[in-house]
Amino acid sequence: MKKAIDIVERSRRTSRLNTLEIVAEVFEDFIEFHGDRLFRDDKAIVGGIATLNGQAVTVIGNQKEQDLKENIRRNFGSAHPEGYRKSLRLMKQAEKFNRPVINFVNTAGAYCGVEAEDRGQGEAIARNLLEMSQLKVPILSIILGEGGSGGALALAMGNEVWMMENSMYSVLSPEGFSSILWKDASRAKEAAEVMKLTPENLMELSVIDKILPESENEIDLSNEEILLTMKKEITDFLKKMAPKTSEELIQERYEKFRAF
Amino acid sequence: MKLFKKKRVYIPIHVDRTQQEDTTVPVVPNGMFTKCPQCQKSIYTKDLGHDKICPECGYSFRICATERIELIADEGSFEEWDKEMALSNPLDFPGYEEKWKQAQVKANTNEAVVTGKATINGHQTVICVMDSTFIMGSMGQIVGEKITRAVERATAEELSVVIFTASGGARMQEGIISLMQMAKISGAIAQHSKAGLLYITVLTDPTTGGVTASFAMQGDIILSEPRALVGFAGKRVIEQTIKETLPDEFQLAESVMENGFIDKIVPRNELKNTLGKLLKLHEK
Repeated sequence: MKKAIDIVERSRRTSRLNTLEIVAEVFEDFIEFHGDRLFRDDKAIVGGIATLNGQAVTVIGNQKEQDLKENIRRNFGSAHPEGYRKSLRLMKQAEKFNRPVINFVNTAGAYCGVEAEDRGQGEAIARNLLEMSQLKVPILSIILGEGGSGGALALAMGNEVWMMENSMYSVLSPEGFSSILWKDASRAKEAAEVMKLTPENLMELSVIDKILPESENEIDLSNEEILLTMKKEITDFLKKMAPKTSEELIQERYEKFRAF
Repeated sequence: MKLFKKKRVYIPIHVDRTQQEDTTVPVVPNGMFTKCPQCQKSIYTKDLGHDKICPECGYSFRICATERIELIADEGSFEEWDKEMALSNPLDFPGYEEKWKQAQVKANTNEAVVTGKATINGHQTVICVMDSTFIMGSMGQIVGEKITRAVERATAEELSVVIFTASGGARMQEGIISLMQMAKISGAIAQHSKAGLLYITVLTDPTTGGVTASFAMQGDIILSEPRALVGFAGKRVIEQTIKETLPDEFQLAESVMENGFIDKIVPRNELKNTLGKLLKLHEK
């Protein structure tokens, strides 16, 4: 089994597949929609409409980039309240037109700053959770790299939650965890092992439903191979969800999170 | 080495210390004065009164769940639920169980929230009161479970819910499971809301982190006590990130209301009547 700290390191690599790359490869006809209709367009979260095997879906995700300048523009995938409000607007739009929602999570956490606080970061996440729990269409959340805290959960209240093999999902970064509990940020490595943030750990805890492979026989797969599996799995998910009524979808989602 | 072994005999002086005390300086017994954490002024403890409100700035001192219930519920009306809950230590975090047991003794409750049913000025409601003296009011599996059960029961019995929030955020020792409580409680609140029932949150000092980012901000009506700290990210974390000192009013309930996230700030001594009135106005 891989060491937790190695997974943490890999989950943060800028070379990882990002949301827009995945959307371009797995889906067709992607049209990006901007803005929360309230304040501004948050570049840390992208979203829009696309098709998969001819079926219309709404795709939303944190967008991280490879180069620094672009990453600054994207705020490293850490959304302000308007990012969450944009995601909610698109999810409600999906509900109206009966489209499944596919969320790609890749954030160290919701952005912590003065403006984010002033515009209600807590309220924005809280509203996403409240609305997502009652959304009448299927929601699939896939954690691509980092899944940090409430900022990740705000896109991850899905009927199913999946993780990439080299991704992490936790209540806080290992650095933050060790500095809060042990008053020592340098013990992050130790914290990572304790926190149960790896896909294997989280499968055991039933926090996630599936791990998408990034390697075979300990050899890394190419992006093409990773995306091919992802496409097949998402297709199967949509098939599985198609016959379910909105009441069933809501009830199943409720029970999934009620179990914790 | 003889030099060091030499035992010197000092001249003993007998002093009657009682006569030495300066009678011009008054003796202040411990606890006679209390420093207000908000305005930093020293307050004659008795002036805080029964409600524990700072007479200088109006800050409502932190009180434990038992004190809160005494202030809000009609006498003898409170029926406590889920007094016994078993701890799951999902990360097998070393020392957590001991810490948890110590907290129970210190706070005199079984967890960081007390739940049950009560009447407020004669109006029946489900009530959940968080207790910041219990591991900083942090939200773990038991806190989440107690609140979820209380909200579910309110939905089944067609009752309103009043939650007093006080929390430092997620219970770190429970890792991802504490994060999942946000989703679990939100689900129960959504069902309660769908049933057309009233949910009031009363934000008290401090309401932060995962509690702010879930049920604290999901009330149909959001009240707050004066000068309570209300925010998502910690002020110090933000200061470290932006390398600036933030003003005193940052994340105070008054500023949060200015920003549009709180319906009304209610002083502690008016809280019971305000809640009673709101419950009455929503009775079917």
